[in-house]
Amino acid sequence: MQTITKNNQSAERPLGTGVKGTSVIKSEGTMEQNVFEINDLNLWYGNDQALYGIDMKVPQNKVTAIIGPSGCGKSTYLKTLNRMVEMVPTVKTSGSIKYKGEDIFSNKYGVEDLRTKVGMVFQKPNPFPKSIYDNVAYGPRVHGVKKKAVLDQVVEKSLKDAAIWDEVKDRLNENAFGLSGGQQQRICIARALAIEPDVILMDEPTSALDPISTLKVEELVQELKKKYSIIIVTHNMQQAARISDKTAFFLNGELIEFDDTDKLFSNPSDKRTEDYISGRFG
Amino acid sequence: MLDTNQNNIQKRIRGRVLLNNVLKVLFFTSTTVGLIFLALLLYRVLTQGIGYLNGNFISNFPAPYPEEAGIFAGLIGSIMLIGIVAPVAIVIGVGTAIFLEEYAYKNRWTKFIQVNIQNLAGVPSIVYGLLGLTFFVYMLRFGYTLIAGGLTMALLVLPVIVVAAQEAIRSVPADIKEASYGMGASKWQTIRRVVLPAALPGILTGTILALSRAIGETAPLIIVGAATAIYTIPDSLLSKYTVMPIQIFNWTGRPQEEWQFVAAAGIIVLLIVLLLMNAIAVFIRNKF
Amino acid sequence: MEKAFKDETIDLDVQALIDNKRKKKSISGKIEKLVPAFLLLCASVSVLTTAGILFTLLRESITFFSSTSIFDFYTGTQWSPWSGHFGVLPLITGTLLITLIAAIVAVPLGLMSAIFLSEYASNRARKIIKPTLEVLAGIPTVVYGFFALTFVTPLLKSFLPGLGVFNALSAGIVVGIMIIPMIASLSEDAMNSVPNNLREGALALGATKLEVAFKVVLPAAFSGIMASIVLAISRAIGETMIVVIAAGASPALTFDPTRSIQTLTAFIVQGATGDTTFGSTIYYSIYAVGATLFIFTLLMNMLSQYISRKFREEY
Ligand SMILES: Nc1ncnc2c1ncn2[C@@H]1O[C@H](COP(=O)(O)OP(=O)(O)O)[C@@H](O)[C@H]1O
Ligand SMILES: [Mg+2]
Repeated sequence: MQTITKNNQSAERPLGTGVKGTSVIKSEGTMEQNVFEINDLNLWYGNDQALYGIDMKVPQNKVTAIIGPSGCGKSTYLKTLNRMVEMVPTVKTSGSIKYKGEDIFSNKYGVEDLRTKVGMVFQKPNPFPKSIYDNVAYGPRVHGVKKKAVLDQVVEKSLKDAAIWDEVKDRLNENAFGLSGGQQQRICIARALAIEPDVILMDEPTSALDPISTLKVEELVQELKKKYSIIIVTHNMQQAARISDKTAFFLNGELIEFDDTDKLFSNPSDKRTEDYISGRFG
Repeated sequence: MLDTNQNNIQKRIRGRVLLNNVLKVLFFTSTTVGLIFLALLLYRVLTQGIGYLNGNFISNFPAPYPEEAGIFAGLIGSIMLIGIVAPVAIVIGVGTAIFLEEYAYKNRWTKFIQVNIQNLAGVPSIVYGLLGLTFFVYMLRFGYTLIAGGLTMALLVLPVIVVAAQEAIRSVPADIKEASYGMGASKWQTIRRVVLPAALPGILTGTILALSRAIGETAPLIIVGAATAIYTIPDSLLSKYTVMPIQIFNWTGRPQEEWQFVAAAGIIVLLIVLLLMNAIAVFIRNKF
Repeated sequence: MEKAFKDETIDLDVQALIDNKRKKKSISGKIEKLVPAFLLLCASVSVLTTAGILFTLLRESITFFSSTSIFDFYTGTQWSPWSGHFGVLPLITGTLLITLIAAIVAVPLGLMSAIFLSEYASNRARKIIKPTLEVLAGIPTVVYGFFALTFVTPLLKSFLPGLGVFNALSAGIVVGIMIIPMIASLSEDAMNSVPNNLREGALALGATKLEVAFKVVLPAAFSGIMASIVLAISRAIGETMIVVIAAGASPALTFDPTRSIQTLTAFIVQGATGDTTFGSTIYYSIYAVGATLFIFTLLMNMLSQYISRKFREEY
């Protein structure tokens, strides 16, 4: 469990408005690098509390799975990590979330900067009604990359990383809506990869896909964790067991258990986790 | 006993069914009244006007003799008028729609603006003419010019464009907006790069319908002083101008019968322009 | 494209690129702040338009009423501005007469069309008929006016020899035809939104379509239908060109439809096109008439909105 990961360059990147070269607050002395440190996070939709005192450290370059029954707050939690949850105007939060040592709620840098580092893939494939090329180039363009040569390269690289290059390389100018659901979802992953985030949040990315597409996405996740830290929500426990290094079990807005995936599934320490993974509810 | 009862019921049912069928015919006939009227109108206009519709009619300025009269000034005037109405009304109308749908807090002020727009849509067009007369013609001293007419018309069609654009923007799926925000795009970037392109067909369709209303409007332009007899085409925003409906109105009002035919020819040109615009709207709707 | 990809000399670090671009972000940050301000400006145009209309009508009307008493204006039975008589009642009755005739034509025809489209027509028929009917609403009113004067009036004259060249009847009928699509279309929408299970329930009990239409659908869609009628009538009140062309310019306190009359709108056109000079009493009188017209239509529109708000609460 004690792994020393410090071989990834992306971890060295400055956060926020900092120019390249600004030093990152490194958690000197810790053996393991965390991308997120969540402390006592509470969240309310209006008066309804949806998350209760969550504490969690999300490791870097690992796949962290979040499981739990429907409505337990998995999506809410995930969307809090890139502050997408604030799109709902009534949302209030308390507690702290540190991304690489910096409080994401602080005014130091905008949500746009956070979301450039923490990308997201949604439950339902949601490509833009544009060409495949324009879909993938969207992020870099939004952030000011305009050169065609650079964009060409980014698009190819991202599509390759998302394992869909071979399927679409001859029709980059066709509308992404013409692809199958599974292909669309990988386009969405490529789109997220195009701005080279550090973290990719995935909210049940395979729940709308057929088994073969699901398999492809799962393999992709395994591949991607070499370069990215991945947090994936799934209510499919087999999937969590197959692809994740660590698993968090949520229930009614609380984090019940968070441990190595092997441990959590073979020897859960909480009775409720055991009930859930043995299919007694949810 | 039971039998006669059954008979009675049977009879009543037959009566009810009969009534149903009779009224069905009546309802259908009523529906056709509007359609027949439309057909008659088109037939009349075509048969009356076709004789006068030729190259000269399109290219001639107004003239004292029916054979020499033409709609050139009106056709060009209408196009130039739309050249003012379109940019002004589209920018302000779509801007208003974006503001209401994407930026405004859902509070009383927003509600007020919304209801206000709804009410503006119900204000008779001639009242806009009075507004234009006071404001553009006299207060801003534009006089009876193209710009005064164009701005008056822009205000007139504004509510139509706002409502159409709002509907189009509202129907853009939330998930592609989320995708954009999720990549760190700002609000305006998301609107400009995702929302507006996706809403474009709806906005364009509504806009074209609004503009065709502007092309057909007569009354407000009479008030803000569109001229009836123009012998040069406008060369600046502050030129005098005329439009097709005004010319048609003018010809209709003349007592000699030949002028009716000229008016009918003018109507054909006007309707063709409207038909073209609507064809474009349908094309856009089907293409996307 | 392939060539560019083989050129691996560019060291691709998108995040570094983004960081570089971020320096320029102060500009886009400004845009981000300016845009809402600009959009608010756009939205305020419609509010300013309303304010402008109210201000214009009010200011010029007040000037008018300083020389003509408002009481005389609204109770006077003679409207001949060029000889100094400003009694608006003939214009109001003229407007009401046109509106009444239009309503007599449009309400039954519009409603029956709506019932046919909503309850009897096949989907295919509805898809063809409804848009065709709506074409009527897109025809410029000057064209209707032309048709009323040159076709409807002569046609009516063959039944009613006493009919004048300019008359309220022909104009009113054509205004009525013009508003048919409004009533038909909006009422049909209202009827269509009546849940189908209500219909099916009644049909299952052996009711005919007619009975379903009158006992179930019409009552349920009542306020939607009313709202559409009120809106259409408001449209008829404000209609200008048809009356200008076909009803003439003879203000008359009469409800005789065969005679020439003048409406509020028609006078505004006459007053603005004649040799009216800016600042004359007649000039101001068109605003007083405009204000009267505006109040009428505003009331109707508010009534329509009130009715349809109630309608929305029902479901
Ligand atoms: N936009 C929202 N407004 C109010 N309540 C919400 C909203 N989204 C989710 N919730 C509530 O928050 C709780 C957690 O929802 P969610 O995070 O979507 O659960 P999960 O993804 O685990 O199924 C649920 O009780 C849900 O009703
Ligand atoms: Mg969820």
